[in-house]
Amino acid sequence: MTETPRGGPRPLIWVVGTILFVVAWFLAYGQLVPVSEWVVGQLPLAPGSGAYEAIKFFIYDTPKVLMLLTLVVFAMGMIRSFFSPERTRALLAGRAEGLGNVAAASLGIFTPFCSCSAVPLFVGFVSAGVPLGVTFSFLIAAPMINEVALGLLLALLGWKVALTYLGFGLAVAILSGWVIGRLHLEHWLQDWVRNVRASAIDLPPENLTIVDRIQAGIEAVKDIVGRVWIWIIVGIAAGAFIHGYVPADLLASIMGKDTWWSVPAAVLIGIPMYSNAAGIIPVVEALLGKGAALGTVLAFMMSVIALSFPEMIILRKVLNLKLIAVFVGVVATGILSVGFLFNLLFT
Amino acid sequence: MKDVKVLGPGCKRCQTTEDMVKSEAARLGVPVVVEKITDYAAIAGYGIVSTPGIVIDGKVVHAGGLPKSEDLAKWLAA
Repeated sequence: MTETPRGGPRPLIWVVGTILFVVAWFLAYGQLVPVSEWVVGQLPLAPGSGAYEAIKFFIYDTPKVLMLLTLVVFAMGMIRSFFSPERTRALLAGRAEGLGNVAAASLGIFTPFCSCSAVPLFVGFVSAGVPLGVTFSFLIAAPMINEVALGLLLALLGWKVALTYLGFGLAVAILSGWVIGRLHLEHWLQDWVRNVRASAIDLPPENLTIVDRIQAGIEAVKDIVGRVWIWIIVGIAAGAFIHGYVPADLLASIMGKDTWWSVPAAVLIGIPMYSNAAGIIPVVEALLGKGAALGTVLAFMMSVIALSFPEMIILRKVLNLKLIAVFVGVVATGILSVGFLFNLLFT
Repeated sequence: MKDVKVLGPGCKRCQTTEDMVKSEAARLGVPVVVEKITDYAAIAGYGIVSTPGIVIDGKVVHAGGLPKSEDLAKWLAA
């Protein structure tokens, strides 16, 4: 074979380059606190004033969030190159419910697809014999457990919260899909969806090299971080304002853990909102600092990203209204439970 | 004359893919007819789950995300 391998002839350079980048990342990350402290120290503002607190929050958070997000998205992009949707579908086809829901939700974390692919994906899964409930577990997990949300939670609230979000997000996707499967709603699909017969795909095997996977990581960073960074900065600015100027007792009385109705209210407000996690999570951090309850704000965040109107309008093409209502109801119930549980667990 | 189909509901990536196919074909001097398939049933019929997808002379060569131009060149030249 005289053909050079895909991605260029020098895999070693790519691998070493990536390792050097990660080392440099960690070195820079370690300097963030002293550097931002020094910058804040130069400010001509009285420590403790609203403006000082707001600007300090902004200067601490912006580089930290962007750096952690870049690393998480890069890692996710590399992992995702192992899970094409076609391969995922083949893995899930003919799976029984139960274990199938678990597999579907887990694959939902890693399988990449853009939102305009939701319908082809849904049709492709159902027509290939993936059970409806298992398909839903996948469709719920994919947006709910979002790499941007995960990276931001890790950056702002620590690994415990990030891991719990992952766990509960999976649980909601698995249980919601299982419930939808148990309800046997296949006759609520649009007629044409049931009639589609997918041909078996004959894509050539991918044989991705390590260089391809590193490049996939870089592509993911360019695409995702390139798209959301502005929202993150807007979100951090909003968070900084809350941090510096909103009185704590006001927030605690509306979103505090003693206010039982705040969780359902957060879900109701979250559903019609269409935003990405990027702008919301920095606000979440500031709200938490002011006494808002973790379960309430996470329920809000999950309903914003997992139950959005545009997504439902897209799904309307394949599901009838009753099935969409069931989908929203089941997922909202799951998110509610997560909210109440978090408020109980994290005191 | 190569028959190229770009499959996708019409998001930005699908448009970019179509443009890439056309410019790559022009660069290589390969005559092509590019057709867009936006019908979901037809897309699923090809077995493609992730869009944009590319079908050349009836054969699926790509699914999901933007193609690499070096790959495009290879498929068009084949």
